Amino acid sequence: MAPSRDRLVVSASTVLQLAPHVVFRFDDTRQRWIMMAPERLMLPDEQAVEILQLVDGKAGVSAIVDTLAARYTQAPREVIAKDVTAMLQDLLDKGCLASGSPNAAG
Amino acid sequence: MPPDETRIEPPLALLAELTHRCPLRCPYCSNPLKLERASDELTEAEWRRVLGEAAALGVLQVHFSGGEPMARRDLASLIGEAAGRGLYSNLITSGTLGGERELRAFAEAGLKHVQLSFQDVTAADNDRIAGLAGAHARKSAFAQAVRAVGLPLTLNIVVHRQNLGGVDQMIEMALSLGARRLEIAHVQYYAWALTNRAAFLPTRAQLDTATRTVEAARERLKGVLAIDYVVPDYHGVRPKSCMNGWGRRFLNISPAGKVLPCHAAETLPGLSFPSVRDAGLADIWYRSEAFNRFRGTDWMAEPCRNCERRTIDWGGCRCQAFLLTGDAARADPVCALSPDHGVVEAALREAERPVEAFVYRQYG
Repeated sequence: MAPSRDRLVVSASTVLQLAPHVVFRFDDTRQRWIMMAPERLMLPDEQAVEILQLVDGKAGVSAIVDTLAARYTQAPREVIAKDVTAMLQDLLDKGCLASGSPNAAG
Repeated sequence: MPPDETRIEPPLALLAELTHRCPLRCPYCSNPLKLERASDELTEAEWRRVLGEAAALGVLQVHFSGGEPMARRDLASLIGEAAGRGLYSNLITSGTLGGERELRAFAEAGLKHVQLSFQDVTAADNDRIAGLAGAHARKSAFAQAVRAVGLPLTLNIVVHRQNLGGVDQMIEMALSLGARRLEIAHVQYYAWALTNRAAFLPTRAQLDTATRTVEAARERLKGVLAIDYVVPDYHGVRPKSCMNGWGRRFLNISPAGKVLPCHAAETLPGLSFPSVRDAGLADIWYRSEAFNRFRGTDWMAEPCRNCERRTIDWGGCRCQAFLLTGDAARADPVCALSPDHGVVEAALREAERPVEAFVYRQYG
């Protein structure tokens, strides 16, 4: 199966998961979360780590934003939504995320 | 000097050059002119130990390379060892040995990604540069096998004056083969490539046309195909941050086990590079003379010593400084601030006079 030639644009209902070749894990040596993709190593900041931990192939973007809005009651929901969407779009464009399949088994 | 200039951090990536054997004979090969022989290669047990030491040292990614790493029968086992140690593993291959059966074993062992080289778009040109008849057909089949087993694929195409006009077709080829990433990498002039520089260094006009093509394609294919494009440093005004600094991020292990700060470092005289057969990897990384020789900024002379970019480009490339000036401790002469910059300008003038002939990589 060849990858799609169309760019996926993130919206509130988009469901995402880590691309299969991406590893997101805690590194004991450096005591921080890291994300690895081909020829790419990312050191996500605390905020990005929190978002990435919610990207599970099941929750839609709006659900991720709801979770974060409940955690950070002082931040307006639309600001959180804007930040989350921009970050996910950027990672999607870099090939680090893939479309999740909420209805597909497995 | 601020402490962050001298603190030695653990390495991020290991380039494991498993072998110098390769069916291809590319005339810009980055392997040294003096190729190491199969009888000198590290054994599987030695590589397994080294992978464990690398993970313990803090290495996160291992790139299995060569030569052609699939010439090693134990590759799947080494990938499994790397995966078991939590290392992210990448296969850098010519795609001319093996196919779906091997790739399936690699994927099951935990391989994350395949980077496949092409030398050009058409079979005739590809096979002429590779020095191997039928190479293009084998590579195309290999790309399909990579996708068939579900591994992500990056194409890598080395570009130069003889193929730079075909950048658009390279991008189309990457799309049609199902790649998500394309590396368009200009030849870097070390070892075999330096020998053949007159045949490969592009003109400024060729380079500018290709760069515009890539930039337009990047915009058009955003989110579909990521294009990494490495501009040749001869045409720049500041040097590349070679290896992100000597002994800062990266280590390379040769087929026979020599540990190097970069794959070309053996060209530097007066440095002896330790072997994993004689010392532990952590000891080599933190304490060997070779890794400390050009670490940080203390070794620098002017114009680097007080340059505001000294911790951005780290003085450029030590190997290039030696190859072009005879002194590895001088500024990289591709920097316009270097007193030796004239040698690079002379090479660029040479590029205006086309030469086609080159010598193929071979065992000497």
